[in-house]
Amino acid sequence: MTDQTMTPEERAASLEGMGCRRKRVEDVRFTQGKGNYVDDIKLPGMLFGAFVRSPYAHARVKSINADAAKALPGVVAVLTAEDLAPLGLHWMPTLAGDKQMVLADGKVLFQGQEVAFVVAEDRYTAADAVELVEVEYEELPVVTDPFRALEPDAPVLREDIKDQKEGAHGPRKHHNHIFTWEQGDREATEKVLEEADVVAEEMIYYHRTHPCPLETCGCVASMDKVTGKLTVWGTFQAPHAIRTVVSLISGIAEHNIRIISPDIGGGFGNKVGAYPGYVCSVVASIVTGRPVKWVENRMENLMSTAFARDYWMKGRIAATKDGRITGLWCHVTADHGGFDACADPTKFPAGFFNICTGSYDIPVAYLCVDGVYTNKAPGGVAYRCSFRVTEAAYFIERMIEVLAIELGMDAAELRRINFIRKDQFPYKSALGWEYDSGDYHTAWEKALKAVDYEGLRREQAQRIEEFKAGKTRKLLGIGLSHFTEIVGAGPVKNCDILGLGMFDSCEIRIHPTGSAIARLGTISQGQGHATTFAQILASELGIPASDITVEEGDTDTAPYGLGTYGSRSTPVAGAATAMAARKIRAKAQMIAAYLLEVHDDDVEWDVDRFVVKGNPERFKTMKEIAFAAYNQAIPGLEPGLEAVSYYDPPNMTYPFRAYICVMEIDVDTGEWQVRQFYALDDCGTRINPMIIEGQVHGGLTEALAIAMGQEIAYDEMGNVKTGTLMDFFIPTAWETPNYITDHTVTPSPHHPIGAKGVGESPNVGGVPAFSNAVHDAFRAFGLRQAHMPHDHWRIWQIAENLGLHA
Amino acid sequence: MIPAGFAYHRPADVASAIAVLQEHGDEARVLAGGHSLIPMMKLRMAAPAHLVDLQDIAELRGIEIGADAVTIGAMVTQHDLIAHEGLAEALPIIREAALQIADPQVRYKGTIGGNVANGDPGNDMPGLMQCLDATYTLAGPDGTREVKAREFYEAAYFTAREDDEILTRITIPRPAAGTGWAYEKVKRKIGDYATAAAAVLVGKGTASVAMTNLADTPVWSEAASAALAAGDVEGCVAAMLEAIDPVEDNRGPVAFKKHAAGVVLRRAIARAQSRAG
Ligand SMILES: Cc1cc2nc3c(=O)[nH]c(=O)nc-3n(C[C@H](O)[C@H](O)[C@H](O)COP(=O)(O)OP(=O)(O)OC[C@H]3O[C@@H](n4cnc5c(N)ncnc54)[C@H](O)[C@@H]3O)c2cc1C
Repeated sequence: MTDQTMTPEERAASLEGMGCRRKRVEDVRFTQGKGNYVDDIKLPGMLFGAFVRSPYAHARVKSINADAAKALPGVVAVLTAEDLAPLGLHWMPTLAGDKQMVLADGKVLFQGQEVAFVVAEDRYTAADAVELVEVEYEELPVVTDPFRALEPDAPVLREDIKDQKEGAHGPRKHHNHIFTWEQGDREATEKVLEEADVVAEEMIYYHRTHPCPLETCGCVASMDKVTGKLTVWGTFQAPHAIRTVVSLISGIAEHNIRIISPDIGGGFGNKVGAYPGYVCSVVASIVTGRPVKWVENRMENLMSTAFARDYWMKGRIAATKDGRITGLWCHVTADHGGFDACADPTKFPAGFFNICTGSYDIPVAYLCVDGVYTNKAPGGVAYRCSFRVTEAAYFIERMIEVLAIELGMDAAELRRINFIRKDQFPYKSALGWEYDSGDYHTAWEKALKAVDYEGLRREQAQRIEEFKAGKTRKLLGIGLSHFTEIVGAGPVKNCDILGLGMFDSCEIRIHPTGSAIARLGTISQGQGHATTFAQILASELGIPASDITVEEGDTDTAPYGLGTYGSRSTPVAGAATAMAARKIRAKAQMIAAYLLEVHDDDVEWDVDRFVVKGNPERFKTMKEIAFAAYNQAIPGLEPGLEAVSYYDPPNMTYPFRAYICVMEIDVDTGEWQVRQFYALDDCGTRINPMIIEGQVHGGLTEALAIAMGQEIAYDEMGNVKTGTLMDFFIPTAWETPNYITDHTVTPSPHHPIGAKGVGESPNVGGVPAFSNAVHDAFRAFGLRQAHMPHDHWRIWQIAENLGLHA
Repeated sequence: MIPAGFAYHRPADVASAIAVLQEHGDEARVLAGGHSLIPMMKLRMAAPAHLVDLQDIAELRGIEIGADAVTIGAMVTQHDLIAHEGLAEALPIIREAALQIADPQVRYKGTIGGNVANGDPGNDMPGLMQCLDATYTLAGPDGTREVKAREFYEAAYFTAREDDEILTRITIPRPAAGTGWAYEKVKRKIGDYATAAAAVLVGKGTASVAMTNLADTPVWSEAASAALAAGDVEGCVAAMLEAIDPVEDNRGPVAFKKHAAGVVLRRAIARAQSRAG
């Protein structure tokens, strides 16, 4: 079959464009162990850095004696805060407008905090030298409970700002208080609560956990003293932002800094922020004139780099007797640890938590978030979610369940009668967002039907009878979750990080022979950008996806962008990709018209070519056009065929999902088994269904981990109790259930290709589905709320408290 | 996660290995599969100056199925235990237990000798060996001696083994025909040590019951075994719950562990009884 004889459909299919289950081009190298990660980088003369870390959660650092360490053969330097202070680098700004110690400046605020940085010829010597650094500590009272932290007599954690009444986000009420963030209408909401038929009230805790990417954080910094150029290879989810921040804090001109993110072994938000390891490596390279590598080990990653969640969410939800929700009130006590190092757009200190009205038409709402310092690690990153959206989804999906209990209603029905209707979009929420599109009822009915919801409820009722009759010790839980995300940050008018607008970019060059390279401001950490962005281009430009290279992560070559997190790559950089492609097509149209000797308006686009209107035998393919663009003098047109687009999205996108989990629970041992998991995702236009399914499987498995056991737990001394993978739950194939994926398609009306982002939704919506299944199993026995993680003993504790072991 | 420096020895026979141990005293440790010792070294909770790798010592390998007893060399891996058909026939409970240890990667390296010599209350094999009434052969500078598994464990990481002794073989009497058996374990996930585990043998008028990770040593209970031998399941569970002494950790509080122990033991007994005949 030749180009001439193929139908337009066949030609389109051969491009492997949007909608194609194209195999991931990245996997050829990943499955052969040929990826190139930070720790694979080896430079001549490279040194290794390692941290001396605090064993205490709160202590004064009385003295540091590095003599013995420095005397160890192979040790090149030992840096302390004293060495960094003259450079002004002993503290660094955080993404949240706070500052953080790079190396302990007089005290430590969490276990695992960086105290000194040892630089040695190899990592073995560095590890030995760490043991030889003598640090004298004076222990201080430890606060791990954010409520205790706000009591008047609580110890002062941040002595550096104890008298500062104004923080980065407004007034501070207490020496351990960071900010108060209020949204919505307090007065109107409280009035509705007072007058409501029914009010359900509950404290919902979303425990502290950690993104725990397989590859930990690390970097290689190399200062070339001859050229004055600093190159840093690192596990950066936002390489350009890192470049700008490095320039601002180090004073090195931005053109003299090159940031490269090589292959990244998962990020999940853990690799958005800046860490002391990066700063110390850069300083050590400047000081020694040699490249310096620093790579965390697993325990360091879990204990010191950014955690996620730790939100205490007090909720009140009002409704009429027949279940119409009339108002929502929420107060969050947010535990930020020792420094406020959240990664949120600057104007949103609690991220997009104000999406917490969820998928429901709630007329009034009020939200207040108080950020608090404690003696725990800093962070508060969006672990596979868009800035606290996961917390919000969990909060509303739990509150709905609690309200259903209060009303004595079926939770599926309660959701159904409160969903925002299709005809209400674009919908303005009570907490200030404009939902772009949605069709919740259709998705919900499809999901309920797929699992035979009525049948499941009958089975559950029967199981309860059997349990009461002593015939079984297993209960059946049906976990429902319908949620709306807000992703694709975001419009520059209200979204920036440290003043950097959250647009994104794509630059495309079409080569003379018709193949192409595209570079983006984002960076894949496993999401498969090289596969999917090529598919967008294939459909937009009529060039086979396999003829398109997609490159990201090198700030010397890629256009400026804000990176990959918050499901923003497709909504923002994906849009830039389509827009840049359309600029190319516009020029291609002029070239085609010239070659075909007709007016520009007399040709039209047909899959991979421009054809003369009404005369489809006369055409020029994109390949022919590309060649002409470079090799033929065309009056009025510059040679070449390339374009760049910086895309500032007009709005966020609002993907939504309907998830249902069926779980068996042993009331005696707390063992659980997911019998069925149905996941319906609506992420708008589907670029690569196979990649979507992969993202859903991965995100659901993280959600399973979080809901059922994964946590960063501290004892009262502030010691991390879950610092290794023996205790920090990462599911294996054994624990991972079979997932059934499904979809509806409601394209985003404002996105050039209608895509909404999918990377994070399964984590966001999976957690309430799993957790609601546990709660639902015990609903008949009087359970209202039990905090996650639902590991064996906590499930046992639920049953014990309900008297089910008697 | 980098161990402190150490000297590495790789003797070819037991006598040379003992000689190295004698020379360096408590500065030396033997290395079997390394899946308990090396993690401790990486955490620098153990820092032996001399590691004596046993992998080249042929006399520590091999499984022999005798008419009355089974003998297993210390360096037999957990994978070998699972794969051995003769052993599965003679002592099927060993395969059932070994399959519940860690994951395949760990089982390819981890040995039965390391598992029982380690003294970690979390290890599954010590409780099983007590249930089976195994005997350990220890070789030292003055020759060999035998110690009953039921008398080997003193406290967490403290055993009857001297620093200069090597555990060479494990001898297990074959249970009478028709003896029912079960190894039952509750754990948080694959690769986890037991929240509670039970090894049960039950035959005509005989029984043996041991549990794992519910005290600082494995717990074999004579009273519980006697009760079960007499057919008194509740008496057996009650005696065992008397004998265990769990502590709170990330797997849960004491009350939960006791509850789980009772459930796990009942499950094991039920399964063992269903297999007896
Ligand atoms: C992720 C993970 C999960 C695990 N889960 C389980 C589990 O569920 N159940 C379980 O039982 N185990 C578990 N283990 C431990 C594993 O089974 C170990 O392999 C085993 O406990 C020790 O055997 P080894 O051959 O690796 O011994 P090593 O680690 O080499 O040695 C352990 C100790 O025994 C000493 N030693 C070894 N051999 C001898 C000998 N012949 N004579 C005298 N002393 C000796 C060593 O000096 C050392 O002190 C797990 C391990 C890992 C890494």
